[in-house]
Amino acid sequence: MSYETLSFYMLSALAVCAAAVATFSRSIVNAAFGLLFSLAAVAGLYVLLRADFVAVTQVVVYVGGIVVLLLFGVLLTNRRLEDLSAFAHRPRAVAIILGLAVLTVLLSMVLGASWPQAEVAQLEGTTRPIGYLLLQDYLLPFEFSSLTLLIALVGAAYLVRSQERDE
Amino acid sequence: MMAEIGLTHYLVVAAILFALGVAGVLYRRNAVGMLIGIELILNAANVNLIAFARYADRGVGVPGVNGSAGLEGQVFAIFVIILAACEAAIGLAICINIFNKFGSIDADRADTMRG
Repeated sequence: MSYETLSFYMLSALAVCAAAVATFSRSIVNAAFGLLFSLAAVAGLYVLLRADFVAVTQVVVYVGGIVVLLLFGVLLTNRRLEDLSAFAHRPRAVAIILGLAVLTVLLSMVLGASWPQAEVAQLEGTTRPIGYLLLQDYLLPFEFSSLTLLIALVGAAYLVRSQERDE
Repeated sequence: MMAEIGLTHYLVVAAILFALGVAGVLYRRNAVGMLIGIELILNAANVNLIAFARYADRGVGVPGVNGSAGLEGQVFAIFVIILAACEAAIGLAICINIFNKFGSIDADRADTMRG
């Protein structure tokens, strides 16, 4: 078994197990940390797929930003720490059955189709060509996404502050 | 199955992550827990995009991509990451607003607009 195969199986096992923790853990703090490990393992999968820039972006934005934001949300919206593990759920069986139904449909499609594969021989860094793509072919979506990000952040700040002003 | 890792392996992992995200959204009542499920779903979509960017047969003569062949999927993944960051910020702001108004972020208790 080659090194790449071994890494793939270890990283996928970590990603799936951590995602299971994020999904079914009783404590929402544990769920957030499960999400953190799952996202980090997926960043490793990106490295295996020769997507180094996206892997670094994944670590910086998801692991460093979004998970920390989620943890802030958890801690801001729980008055007492003992509430963290005592929040109610919907019935677990329903979620498992519907999740398995989704998984069955997806797997039947993935395994049933014949994907024409042609491996792109690409071992050099991807940062420079991605930069050219973003500033040439995808300039308009790039600028619009920055505008969306600005509006979303201003809107989020406004949503949180306006409530305090009303009280 | 233990052969060389190919496109299908990554698609199967992404499908499992997606199904876990859907199950998480259905399982949680806590709004932040639902957001965690949504992040898992977006991340599974990203795995698909990157895997297709590396393995999919692009045919011949795709215009305007010489020199950067196979990178469009990665650019799309970057856009998905940007939108996921927007979604997390707005979602958490809404969660905090709901918490201030209803005293908890149980999604079933915020039923003012239920018909």
